[in-house]
Amino acid sequence: MAKQLMKGNEAIAKAAIVAGCRAYFGYPITPQNELCEYMAKYMRSSGGVFVQAESEVAAINMVYGAAASGALSMTSSSSPGIALKQEGISYCAGAELPALIVSVSRGGPGLGGILPSQGDYNQATRGGGNGDYHVPVFAPASIQEAASLVRKGLIVAAKYRNPVMVLADGVIGQMMEPVELDPNPIDIEAFPWAADGNSGVRPRNIVNSLHLDVDDLENHNKHLQAKYRAIEENETMWEEYKLDDAEYMFVAYGTPSRITKSAVDELRAEGVKVGLLRPISLWPFPYEVIHRLSKKMKFILVAELSSGQMLVDVKLAVGYDTPVHFYGRMGGNIFEPLELVAEFKKHQEVLGQ
Amino acid sequence: MTTTVFKKTRGLTDVPFTYCPGCTHGIIHRLVAEVLEELELLDTAVGIASVGCSVMSYEFFNCDMIQAAHGRAPAVATGVKRTHPDKTVFTYQGDGDMASIGAAEIVHAAHRSENITVIFVNNAIYGMTGGQMAPTTLPGHVTTTSPFGRDTTLQGEPIRMSEMLSTIPGSYYIERVTVIDPISVRKAKTAIKKAFQAQKDKKGFSMIEVLSTCNVGWGVTPLDALKQIKNDMIPYYPLGVYKDKGANQ
Repeated sequence: MAKQLMKGNEAIAKAAIVAGCRAYFGYPITPQNELCEYMAKYMRSSGGVFVQAESEVAAINMVYGAAASGALSMTSSSSPGIALKQEGISYCAGAELPALIVSVSRGGPGLGGILPSQGDYNQATRGGGNGDYHVPVFAPASIQEAASLVRKGLIVAAKYRNPVMVLADGVIGQMMEPVELDPNPIDIEAFPWAADGNSGVRPRNIVNSLHLDVDDLENHNKHLQAKYRAIEENETMWEEYKLDDAEYMFVAYGTPSRITKSAVDELRAEGVKVGLLRPISLWPFPYEVIHRLSKKMKFILVAELSSGQMLVDVKLAVGYDTPVHFYGRMGGNIFEPLELVAEFKKHQEVLGQ
Repeated sequence: MTTTVFKKTRGLTDVPFTYCPGCTHGIIHRLVAEVLEELELLDTAVGIASVGCSVMSYEFFNCDMIQAAHGRAPAVATGVKRTHPDKTVFTYQGDGDMASIGAAEIVHAAHRSENITVIFVNNAIYGMTGGQMAPTTLPGHVTTTSPFGRDTTLQGEPIRMSEMLSTIPGSYYIERVTVIDPISVRKAKTAIKKAFQAQKDKKGFSMIEVLSTCNVGWGVTPLDALKQIKNDMIPYYPLGVYKDKGANQ
């Protein structure tokens, strides 16, 4: 498909349709409205289903129904709306249903604001639904990558029978960039487990997350955990930037990682051996690579548009041997490269270097 | 020579019901199952089980079944029906599930006129959790969360779902029935058949409310529970057709 200039929200929507998503259920919320609107305009003419639900709660349950009957489906929302979807996401995980949830996050807590934030890292990676479950979370840093990760998200969801989230900060949703979409629908076999109204020609199918027998429920959980280990093994993604000879490392994801790259380039120009590790999958988190790289570093500086949520995962990865510092902005404010450079130099001075 | 005068419908599995003795859920299950079989919809049906006493109904209906979160069955049914418009989709919900936590979902499924059939079992109580007050609990009735009787000044008047949903332009067929004696059971079956026929004819949203007993939750004998429906519930929840868009066509 030819390269075109697209707004992030629209590129995400188009990427999903082109990849073969055939059902979208959503509810308006800023800053993801263009995604919902694009679906309203193009989903039906693509042979798919569009429903504007009465709430985010209903939207994710429509996804649950569509997925339970074998349709590759998705929903999208933003932070407070994702909070409402958590019940349904837990049910999708429990019943092992493939579904894509796009979160274009904004500032919180509560109604917060409508400008970009990364304050939903915990919401995305830990979730607010009940039970021992995980949702793979992919965080794009460009419109092109957002489109690719939507496609990848649908593939991973179908492969593992699990909900997948694409977590885009509000910048990704609202910004325009050139993007080239993969024109081919993803290759997915029919789901033999789907409750799609065909009990006349095969044994009846039941989609369910209720297991009243304790051993039954424990075994179901063991099965889910084995699946999550496989996802950790196969689907962890990250990018390394100028880390080969690095003595210092930034860790940042999403749009802020691009600002951080500018800070790295700035410092490199001054002769500082510094690089960037960018987690692309937030769950599974690239613990091992960060742990391995941390051993070479004098310190690590985590930069987020939050009070420090991914910071906890970085600290888990690093342990106690390398100092881990943090710089963050909140409320919709976005740091500039020179802010990061100044913060970096502050820590460098403490080291006496 | 022997002739078969009655046999169990193919619409039910052989799994024993989990309902209390005296409860009328079993009768309603059988009616739904018989109708699905008689209209030749069983093999292409997808049922949505809700949360409450009928949560295990996915074990009982002999068709594809999906278990939904509390109150969300109409939204789940929407997801199924929109992606599979030629299949028969029904929800089976109680009054706690539908009239309380799922009030938004049922209103908007009717509002969009989703071409689904809703079986609404109203026993005026939360049965599965042990007999708590529902939005449908009658004034003065003692439950575990209205231990002094439902006080309508604090807890509101019972909500009438059939009446309410019939005011929504999108609803196509709505009828309230009961299953307290052979005559009412036959009428209930006719109503359920009409609702599924409406779906088959792609007419839109249909719902049958069935006044049902919860003798255990109400703390009475099964026989007295049947009397209670007749004497207490029907006067507050009159039986009859509340919406029939096809009536004059």
